[in-house]
Amino acid sequence: MRNASSTRLFVITGLLLAFALVLFVSPFANPNPDGLNRVAMDEGFADTETEHGMSDSPLADYTVRSVDHDGVSKGLSGVAGILATFALGLGLFAFAKKRREPDAARLRGDRT
Amino acid sequence: MHIPDGFINAGTSAGAALIAAGGVTVAVKKTSRYLDDRQVPLAGLTAAFVFAVQMLNFPVAAGTSGHLLGGALAAILVGPWAGALCVTVVLIVQAFFADGGITALGLNVLDMGFVTALGGYALFVGLRRVLPRKRSSVVLSSGIAAGLSVVMSALVFFVQFTIGGNVDLAPGSVLAAMLGVHALIGIGEGLITAATIGLVLSVRPDLVYGARDLASPLEMSPLVGTAGSVP
Repeated sequence: MRNASSTRLFVITGLLLAFALVLFVSPFANPNPDGLNRVAMDEGFADTETEHGMSDSPLADYTVRSVDHDGVSKGLSGVAGILATFALGLGLFAFAKKRREPDAARLRGDRT
Repeated sequence: MHIPDGFINAGTSAGAALIAAGGVTVAVKKTSRYLDDRQVPLAGLTAAFVFAVQMLNFPVAAGTSGHLLGGALAAILVGPWAGALCVTVVLIVQAFFADGGITALGLNVLDMGFVTALGGYALFVGLRRVLPRKRSSVVLSSGIAAGLSVVMSALVFFVQFTIGGNVDLAPGSVLAAMLGVHALIGIGEGLITAATIGLVLSVRPDLVYGARDLASPLEMSPLVGTAGSVP
């Protein structure tokens, strides 16, 4: 097992790679409808879709509303999404991680 | 693959939300059995990376695109239950991007998160059992399992659509269309997953949950590690 600073470097590098992907690759992503939307159009249930409750969100449809340039707007929305996902993930996994003394709790609580 | 609001009726969506909530509860409990302090940022990174790569739609056929679902990838990196939680986090954040319906969140958590993470990981373990115990087998297994996980996800969508679709359609036609296009998307999913797992294995093999049996330095010697089972 390597030390903690090496793992920290891995996480930072991974986040930078994710930023690079959304900033420099996502503007060139294929704009066509995805598999499910295509099937919905071809099979005739696309019109059952209702308006999204967050369609007025400042980040709706992977854009930052105040930025005019399409590619930049999409990239920046991606950066915001990565930061939000990372933060929410850290919070959830900090809650869901292994507790320090699970054995003591188990001894007290189980099979009585 | 994100199901928007309206495709599936309210009752079915609510039922899926209940099952998904139960799934998340179980996943938190299961994750707390193995995820240590050191792995918390890695799990957060995995979720963030899946969010980023889901933005990179690739072409799959005329006028159609696909993107990574990422459940299998996350499961192989951080374990199946934590992997399902990673995709759940991604889907919650994506609601603020108006991607994937709000009432459909439970449906999407099941299809894109639990089915791909748990189903994909089960396939991955099965493949590793029959393949030689080495890194290249991990990469190959991850790609095949991830690709098939997309088809499983499409199948589960079809079940949901059959139960609660808001239109009456010939089910066979919808099933064939879903499986066809998602088989193609699965190829992209498999390639991205295999490339990512290969990359992480080359820099930090000890961080790949699905390859932790290979991580001890002793077993990298060509003299050992030819036999044995996957934990």
